[in-house]
Amino acid sequence: MERIPILQMGQYLLVTIQVDMHDQLALTLQDDLSERISKTSARGVLIDISALDMVDSFIGRMIGTISGLSRIMDAETVLVGMQPAVAITLVELGMTLPGVSTALNVERGMRLLQTRVEGP
Amino acid sequence: MNVTSSGTQPVRIEQDVVLARQTARKLCQECGMRLIDLTKLVTAVSELARNTMVYGGGGDMDWQILDDGARTGVRLTFRDEGPGIPDIKLAMTDGWTSGGGLGLGLTGARRLVEEFELDTAPGKGTRVTITRWT
Repeated sequence: MERIPILQMGQYLLVTIQVDMHDQLALTLQDDLSERISKTSARGVLIDISALDMVDSFIGRMIGTISGLSRIMDAETVLVGMQPAVAITLVELGMTLPGVSTALNVERGMRLLQTRVEGP
Repeated sequence: MNVTSSGTQPVRIEQDVVLARQTARKLCQECGMRLIDLTKLVTAVSELARNTMVYGGGGDMDWQILDDGARTGVRLTFRDEGPGIPDIKLAMTDGWTSGGGLGLGLTGARRLVEEFELDTAPGKGTRVTITRWT
């Protein structure tokens, strides 16, 4: 079965979405991530969507669910790399991703995660 | 108004939604559409194709490249022979959903395009046509 890889780096999990996702793939990622958080006791999840040229309500919902789910499991999620055109479209669509932390790029996102998890 | 080219493709399984997006992207690029407009149209296609598959029980997407002399545009029609929408007003309300979604598909798609046409009746299927111009 097709899967999006989840990389572990210390107490963080990194996901880079680089394929045009169909719905089942998004749901699989959601399940895989919750399982990995539980298995590795990860404290933070970084999701890089810089390669995604479209985020619709389904993917948006998945991002919100992952963020909420990881919070319940004591892990922080930061979404990074959203393209400007994607951001504009998402807001116009009616999705502002409340409760989802974002950063402009991987470097800033990682710093944000570390501050949240390890303290300033 | 001239139709420069046209075609049809199925929207029946999840992978078809991805293919519908890819076709829309290609058409927008052929028209030289700006990235932001392209992204909006492709996102609208994703929402509507999913509706066709999930709520309409599958159907087809017709595509056209239009030329009105001054500008070119992309027009897409999603049609299914599903149950139709009994209450259009309700279906066009933000946040309302008959399924498990967020209720942003139909209303969101309308906001993302310049022309939006919904033709549906209970038992008669659903037909949504969207157009975006360059």
